[in-house]
Amino acid sequence: MSDWVEACAAGDIDEEDVMRFDHGGRTFAIYRSPDDDYFATDGLCTHEKVHLADGLVMDDIIECPKHNGRFNYKTGAARGAPVCVNLKTYPVKVDAGKVLVQIG
Amino acid sequence: MVIIGAGECGGRAALALRDLGYDGPVTLVGDEPHLPYERPPLSKEAMASDAPEIKAIASDAVLVERSIRHIHSVQAVAIDRAAHRVRLSDGSVLPYDKLLLATGSTPRKLPMPGLGVRCVYLRTFADALAIRGHLGAGNRIAVIGGGFIGLELAAAARKLCAAVTVIEAQPRILMRGVPAEIAEIIHQAHVAEGVDIVCGQGIASIADDGRQVYLTLAGGREISADLAIIGIGAVPVTGLAAEAGLTIDNGIAVDAELRSSDPDIFAAGDCCSFPLAVYGGRRVRLEAWRNAQEQGALAAKNMLGAGEAHAAVPWFWSDQYGLSLQIAGLSDEGRNTVRRDLGDGAFILFHLAEDGRLVAASGIGPGNAVARDIRLAEMLIGKRAKPAPEALGSQAVKLKSLLAA
Ligand SMILES: Cc1cc2nc3c(=O)[nH]c(=O)nc-3n(C[C@H](O)[C@H](O)[C@H](O)COP(=O)(O)OP(=O)(O)OC[C@H]3O[C@@H](n4cnc5c(N)ncnc54)[C@H](O)[C@@H]3O)c2cc1C
Ligand code: FES
Repeated sequence: MSDWVEACAAGDIDEEDVMRFDHGGRTFAIYRSPDDDYFATDGLCTHEKVHLADGLVMDDIIECPKHNGRFNYKTGAARGAPVCVNLKTYPVKVDAGKVLVQIG
Repeated sequence: MVIIGAGECGGRAALALRDLGYDGPVTLVGDEPHLPYERPPLSKEAMASDAPEIKAIASDAVLVERSIRHIHSVQAVAIDRAAHRVRLSDGSVLPYDKLLLATGSTPRKLPMPGLGVRCVYLRTFADALAIRGHLGAGNRIAVIGGGFIGLELAAAARKLCAAVTVIEAQPRILMRGVPAEIAEIIHQAHVAEGVDIVCGQGIASIADDGRQVYLTLAGGREISADLAIIGIGAVPVTGLAAEAGLTIDNGIAVDAELRSSDPDIFAAGDCCSFPLAVYGGRRVRLEAWRNAQEQGALAAKNMLGAGEAHAAVPWFWSDQYGLSLQIAGLSDEGRNTVRRDLGDGAFILFHLAEDGRLVAASGIGPGNAVARDIRLAEMLIGKRAKPAPEALGSQAVKLKSLLAA
């Protein structure tokens, strides 16, 4: 399965920031890390289905805007109460200035 | 390790003891019949659902897997400090090395005669189920007290098409802790949704015949309702601690490490008052979900001997209709305010002390529009930063850049 989907242009996201990406009825969050790599996870928090793209990115961590639950967006690992269920992650590559996500 | 009170704080503390690697016995005692659960949804999601469910902090399976012994439906009735033992309402006795009191708070009772079965309070899942049964088209609900819980319930009742009147004795809603500018937005949202809000008038009398409640306001207006929900604040649950001779000062008094006047007994969450480092040790008691969580985790650490002082900044949120409010810090510490508009009607008020230090930030807007900036403000408050007011007020300046400065 190599259904790579174009999410945005690489310059659309600031460093250490996140953007929402909706595709095929699903919602994702696309991250640009402080060291300028791109990552993607499911777009909704596993605590109460809130859009993570409204949250704050600090280093490897995305913090949920609703109750400050934390995930490592590179691995999807839940990193602090109240979240205990990990986030699903997706492969990302940058090609000719475009951010592509393999949503599988 | 024994924890009394299986709520947000007690539940998190028990899990934290295991996260920290403690492998001795952990016993969690609670007088409710449920698993430890979250209360915030009780006035929000639970009211929107036809069949409200408990949002548990830990499932039975997790408690078993982590060897946390949960004794439910049983009250702790006495602490024998000399013998290091707690007596329970079923007659059993639990020995402890360290004890955590996480007994929470309970709704302040309306000190008036005439209350009956149609006058209710909201604290527990059982209370929520009872209230939910009364919300629906054609029913008339009177909410006594324009605080967060009352207003969230008013919003929920309107969504289910009940007729709602909110009665607040103070000149405006949300007098405690919420700036007037933000309370006004919330007030207008309720009015737009059809809630009748009466401010500046107390209740002169109440009668409850078991089917209806009849209220007479101080100004003479009469209101009848199928249910009166009373939300006039909460008081800390301190009876057990007081009888054991622990110091009480607007809650069980603890030091920065959450230790009570007995070094082997800790207290955390809604039931305790503690010195807030970020405001020079001002003694406060918070009734907030994240505080309960953080203090539960900190108490667990210190029960294991970490000796770590509380350093967090208070944080609170509330949801009404599509609006979300978030407050970091205590706004009464501020002298000057700077407003930052975020678009879509969302804005943040930054509260600055006399010396320019950022002490609090209150934000309101649709969805989670204010969340990120409130979180950054919280970090600035924690750092005791003195950001330039012009920078705070300008959307062009990213708050994150102030943090790095
Ligand atoms: C309806 C509602 C909505 C809320 N919404 C928000 C919100 O939007 N945002 C926010 O920040 N906060 C909110 N809160 C506040 C938040 O839920 C509380 O701050 C939090 O629950 C406090 O946790 P706690 O563990 O200290 O106390 P509690 O959750 O009250 O738990 C204490 C437990 O101890 C038990 N207990 C007491 N004495 C004994 C005894 N002697 N023996 C055995 N058990 C005992 C009690 O029955 C209770 O189960 C809300 C609260 C309510 C009630
Ligand atoms: S919804 Fe994300 S932490 Fe609660």
